[in-house]
Amino acid sequence: MAFRIAVGLWLTLVVILSLSLPMVARPEHWYDLPIVPGLEEKARILFFHVPTAWLSVVGFLLSLVYGVRYLRRRDPEDDLKSATSAGIGFLFCVLATVTGAIWARFSWGTWWNWDPRQTSIFVLLLIYGAYFALRSAIEVEEKRGTLAAVYAIIAGVTMPFFMFIMPRVLSSLHPEPILNTQGKIQMNATMLILFLSSLAGFTGLAYWMWRLNVRMEVLLHRHHGQSGA
Amino acid sequence: MAAPEVIRGSWLRSVGAVFMKDWRAELRTRYAVSALLMFVVTTIAIIMFSLGSEEAPADVLSGMLWVVIFFGAMSGLARTFVVEEERGTAMTLQLLTTPGAVYFGKLLFNLVLVFGLNLVTIALYGLFVNGFIIRTVSIFVLTVVLGSAGFAAAATILAAIIARASTKGTLYPVLAFPVLLPLLLAVINATRLASEGAAFSEASGEFQLLVSYIAVVIAASTLVFDYVWKD
Repeated sequence: MAFRIAVGLWLTLVVILSLSLPMVARPEHWYDLPIVPGLEEKARILFFHVPTAWLSVVGFLLSLVYGVRYLRRRDPEDDLKSATSAGIGFLFCVLATVTGAIWARFSWGTWWNWDPRQTSIFVLLLIYGAYFALRSAIEVEEKRGTLAAVYAIIAGVTMPFFMFIMPRVLSSLHPEPILNTQGKIQMNATMLILFLSSLAGFTGLAYWMWRLNVRMEVLLHRHHGQSGA
Repeated sequence: MAAPEVIRGSWLRSVGAVFMKDWRAELRTRYAVSALLMFVVTTIAIIMFSLGSEEAPADVLSGMLWVVIFFGAMSGLARTFVVEEERGTAMTLQLLTTPGAVYFGKLLFNLVLVFGLNLVTIALYGLFVNGFIIRTVSIFVLTVVLGSAGFAAAATILAAIIARASTKGTLYPVLAFPVLLPLLLAVINATRLASEGAAFSEASGEFQLLVSYIAVVIAASTLVFDYVWKD
């Protein structure tokens, strides 16, 4: 309960600050954000887009980790956790795709242009979709957990080819090269703190959603186990 | 040193036996071969109808070649494990041999099937589709060989998964597409380079990607195949 309220207040504060702090060419006061050349006010999407994209990858990795644990220990709770992680990851993946497309509309002039980054997030969406399609196609609980975990592993080992290799093989217009040239982050302290706070806030939100869902799924599982069988 | 030699020999023999079993069963019915052949002929005919007398640019044609191959492979490769479930022979195979032998036997069979399919597809495609010219043959040959191996590697483990699901046919391309997409992007790019007449060294990035993809998929498959195969 306290955690929920804390996350809510924290995110409200982060959202208000990310939208209202002024962006100036030469930051003088502690509350000034620097202008990133070529991005200007559009850089504010950073505070929402990057955390959602991060969580969509974390959701998939968590689903993978719990899938592997299920294969090892055969604990149905691990399978529920794996499926829940995939569900939350999928939600944030949709959010990252939509915020990215909105930004692309105003920066590149088009909603969608198959930039390598857009291609990789699209593939992540497809993997999530295939994972849920597979789960819904198998009725026996044990088999569902096993096969879903195996699919997550196979999809997981091919994902680095997209997430990390393809965007570097093909040239991308994604602003990571602008914001983060030669590994140096061109954010001032205020921007960095705000960005990290947003990252922490969204991660907290995802954790709260995940915990709630797992609790619900475990209760449902027990309920079905008692009434059915 | 004699004992491990015997074990290795018998393992290879089991792989060969699983392969020969599938091979003989295929020769008996010719189901996969005839279905694949008709599929390829139909798809190329549709491409020819839709193109009419137009000559599409080389990069479009090299992309379309892999569209034909992708859906052709999807319609044939799922069979390898589905037939075991349909004939009820999966249990016998589980009792008779190790999961590793089954996996590599099926992989070998799929490899031969995909490679044959690709040769036929490319021959028909090159013969009937106007404007599809390969200028750097070395890139194209290596692309087809590595592409076939990658297709077979990913298709085998996915076929093993799909054979256990209740909706076997429709789900296969859905599962395979995201897994095969890195491979597809690389082979399409390499084929485009080959038709543009690029130097062999220009495609080396694609080949590195293909080789690492094949290695990673086969390694992961051998690790997880036990879980799929055993009930």
